Amino acid sequence: MSQIKILVMVLAFIAGFIIMAIELLGGRILAPYFGSSIYVWGSIITVFMLSLSIGYLCGGKLSLYNPNLKTYGSFFAIAALLLLPLIIWSNPLMEALFLQIEDPRYGSLIISMMLFFLPTAVMGMIAPYSVRLLVDSTQGSGHVAGKLYFISTLGSALGTLATSFYLVLWFEVNQILITMLLTLLVAGITAIIIGTKIPGAEDE
Amino acid sequence: MSNYKVAPTSRQLAKTEVLVIVALAILIFTVDLFAQNGVRNIHRERSLYRNILVTEDSTRRCMRFTISSRSGQNQSCRFVDNPVALVFPYAKMALSGLLVKDNPQRILIVGLGGATLSDTYRRLFPDAEIIISEIDDAVFRVARDYFDFAETDKIKVDIGDARVYVKRAGLRGEIFDLVILDAFNGEYIPEHLMAAEFLQEVKQLLPEDGMVIANTFSTSRLYAAESNTYQSVFGEFYNVRMPGSGNRVIIASNQPLLDQDTLESRAPAFLQRLEVFDMDITDFPELMSTEITWDTGQRILTDQYSPANLLNN
Repeated sequence: MSQIKILVMVLAFIAGFIIMAIELLGGRILAPYFGSSIYVWGSIITVFMLSLSIGYLCGGKLSLYNPNLKTYGSFFAIAALLLLPLIIWSNPLMEALFLQIEDPRYGSLIISMMLFFLPTAVMGMIAPYSVRLLVDSTQGSGHVAGKLYFISTLGSALGTLATSFYLVLWFEVNQILITMLLTLLVAGITAIIIGTKIPGAEDE
Repeated sequence: MSNYKVAPTSRQLAKTEVLVIVALAILIFTVDLFAQNGVRNIHRERSLYRNILVTEDSTRRCMRFTISSRSGQNQSCRFVDNPVALVFPYAKMALSGLLVKDNPQRILIVGLGGATLSDTYRRLFPDAEIIISEIDDAVFRVARDYFDFAETDKIKVDIGDARVYVKRAGLRGEIFDLVILDAFNGEYIPEHLMAAEFLQEVKQLLPEDGMVIANTFSTSRLYAAESNTYQSVFGEFYNVRMPGSGNRVIIASNQPLLDQDTLESRAPAFLQRLEVFDMDITDFPELMSTEITWDTGQRILTDQYSPANLLNN
């Protein structure tokens, strides 16, 4: 496997890890305003599934036009920036919504849309775009997609485990989120630099 | 001697089967005896949050949040022939708060369970308004059907998350003379009800002489984390512990705490009122310690850092 392909696999793993880590922290973030009842988790999971599905659609569509590492890296950088509202404005947003909406079911659903939809949708674009960067032939496409699902879902499993077992015990929620943001940013910039510096990297 | 394995004949097979069945029957019988021990399961229900089991033996009826009849603690028990007497030390430890402040007019209880505390306070203060925040509708129904709990014009239950209830009550400017937090003795701890921010929200509901009573943990790192959290919000508090009880009760007040002598001098006046609950309150002043018996270096619990369940391992 070429180095570029290894890079894509590593980045897909990171994206998988971070998506689930954020989903898990979502429960923590919403609890002070909406509780931790089953419908709060229902709201969070609904929004993650919805945004990922739309992300897959958009990422797949974008992969039709001149697929390259620079665009791929920009998904990570944009997702990182879209996490900022979650870190900076989540409390004032939740407070405003708490005052507006009495029913915690719809309150938690709407705040989940506001906080998680955009970053998760952009992270969802990564998976189909990764497949396009990895695929050499139609014959091997299923194999490549399988490997990609494997690595990104493995990342998700580890992200869930690490966050719920250890990270919340060692760090504050915002410290974890900021680390995720920086990781996405570094991952994105790395992909953009390699995409710019290595001529024809995207053709390999 | 043959090296070939001989297939068992049907007679041999039958013999083995009979043996296995007999062995299993003995095993099941023994396990059953062990499990029952005179305890009958009179109601079993799976709610959104837990399994609820109501058991009864010749002396007690109990509500448990549990997986099997042998695992899990009793949430709440009462004596069959005297439902008023308090079974568990924690309820008596909570009542010792009367020495600090008597006659609350509005009481908020977080966590209904078998309604032990709400019944006790209702008997003590028939004119007080009692609001109970309970997340689980099923617990409410079981308390009503098996523990004689009833809503009245003075006693109301709000089904929902206590964090949400407290926040909204604060926005409405509601005041409670006494807030009792009794949601922490299940197998899962609601972490957002342990954070300093939540205690601040509770504190906002209290008048100047208001009081918080929390039934919580006396072991593990959580004991220290929680103690430091209460200290950060309320300052010094009474830490009530009894030998042989896994619970400890925190009694925190907005006012400066009374010294041991004052508590002792107040106790005799309550003796007769509390007799019906099988409680000798004169035992309690010496248990109401303000001594710091935990690691003050343990991080306080906040909305940002609240791994209560992990700390409780």
